[in-house]
Amino acid sequence: MATALAKAADATTSVEYAARIEHVSKSFTTPAGRQLVLDDITLDVAPGEFVTLLGASGCGKSTLLNLVAGLDQPSAGGISTDGRPALMFQEHALFPWLTAGKNIELALKLRGVAKAERRTKAEELLALVRLEGAYGKRVHELSGGMRQRVALARALAQDSKLLLMDEPFAALDAITRDVLHDELTRIWRETSVSVLFVTHNVREAVRLAERVVLLSSRPGRIAHEWTVDIPQPRRIEDSAVAELSVEITEQLRGEIRRHGQH
Amino acid sequence: MALVLVVWQVLVWAKVTDSYKLPAPSAVWDEVSEAWRQGTFLEYIWTSVSRGLLGFLMALVIGTPLGLLVARVKFVRAAIGPILSGLQSLPSVAWVPPAVLWLGLNDSMMYAVILLGAVPSIANGLVSGVDQVPPLYLRAGRTLGATGLRGTWHIVIPAALPGYLAGLKQGWAFSWRSLMAAEIIASSPDLGIGLGQLLENGRTANSMSMVFLAILLILIVGIAIDLLIFSPLERRVLRSRGLLVTH
Ligand SMILES: Nc1ncnc2c1ncn2[C@@H]1O[C@H](COP(=O)(O)OP(=O)(O)OP(=O)(O)O)[C@@H](O)[C@H]1O
Ligand SMILES: [Mg+2]
Repeated sequence: MATALAKAADATTSVEYAARIEHVSKSFTTPAGRQLVLDDITLDVAPGEFVTLLGASGCGKSTLLNLVAGLDQPSAGGISTDGRPALMFQEHALFPWLTAGKNIELALKLRGVAKAERRTKAEELLALVRLEGAYGKRVHELSGGMRQRVALARALAQDSKLLLMDEPFAALDAITRDVLHDELTRIWRETSVSVLFVTHNVREAVRLAERVVLLSSRPGRIAHEWTVDIPQPRRIEDSAVAELSVEITEQLRGEIRRHGQH
Repeated sequence: MALVLVVWQVLVWAKVTDSYKLPAPSAVWDEVSEAWRQGTFLEYIWTSVSRGLLGFLMALVIGTPLGLLVARVKFVRAAIGPILSGLQSLPSVAWVPPAVLWLGLNDSMMYAVILLGAVPSIANGLVSGVDQVPPLYLRAGRTLGATGLRGTWHIVIPAALPGYLAGLKQGWAFSWRSLMAAEIIASSPDLGIGLGQLLENGRTANSMSMVFLAILLILIVGIAIDLLIFSPLERRVLRSRGLLVTH
């Protein structure tokens, strides 16, 4: 907690938020009619803060993240972010025509990093996600966990104030996921990046976040919020993590029961 | 290849038909060595191949930006998209008479016929390549800041490359076919003798072995260019993306 406070004080930007979501609603027009997916969501992510967004499948988490990333427009309400956020998709979304290193360099190039520096920066980012030596590897030559790491490195290459992550580790085995949790926490603490992390895994949410936000289903509304003041570094099997997870799971179960019948 | 030769020779021995209708392989071979001795053999091939490749390159230069425009600009697609796919199903031999009337019996008429045959397939290949780009790549590109022209250059074109290459391959096949049609129909002494004219000359001279030689060469050249240029290119691209199963 102390580190987070120090980081928040560090951030000497003129804006006091990394993302501000104000009364955002989103509906889609489907053959069955208009479907309200997100209903009046208001949420701030402070500079340097780590927030996880938790909710049942189909409750609108990805929709909200896409809105914050600017890939889609809200039906009502407004979203402002401190610069263009980086987005890490559920699928790695690396470009198969480029090597791992070149994927990262493309992100650097698009944000205007000089050609001479790109190679070194890309190698540094690969080292940050513990993938030294993967520079020349093609995407299909990497394992699932390695791909997610390269995707993380590419997202970090954007040097955004805000990192949006959409269930980035959902497809990985428990051990690899655990390693990546550690890496993510380390990177977050070393940089001043803010993270909005979507998951439906309660323990993962508690393991990572300073604040857990629970989204209800149909339509998605903010149902509850928890501040997690378990000191980092945490482990997913810590008893404090388990305790809070039980409480949150109870609530989540209630939400699913209430909105699950349709 | 060997099997074809054997069947051919057997048919000749069996006297299925008159020898002027079905020449023996040896007769065709004599034709080859005769042309070789006169030094015209490579000239026939080169006349057609240089025309075909030059025409194909022009089709590439026109078809690529055209395909990009159709794929990326809505009103261009609405305006010429259907025409482009319609043209693809029109046999390019149909363009020979109007091209002769417009341009006369000369090289530019040949190139016009090649372009009309190949540009639609190259452009359409690119369009379907672009249409098949997974939306995820476009969205990932947008979050990285690749929008507009930068998005086209860094994301759309490389992602559409496999479809584009398939279009090029087909474009070459169309170039070659169109050229042969043009050469057969529109022969004139000042055009130089390509493989199509060779075939037509064989017909007028009633020399079945010359006709056979011409057909064989047309077939071999068409396949050889594909095997030497397009297939390796396609394989390389697919392999580098892990889309080719190698045993
Ligand atoms: N483009 C769209 N058109 C119509 N409906 C959509 C569209 N995108 C999402 N939806 C609907 O919005 C709802 C929320 O979808 P979303 O992908 O945001 O869920 P999610 O919370 O991310 O679920 P998961 O955890 O399974 O990824 C779903 O019911 C989905 O059917
Ligand atoms: Mg989702």
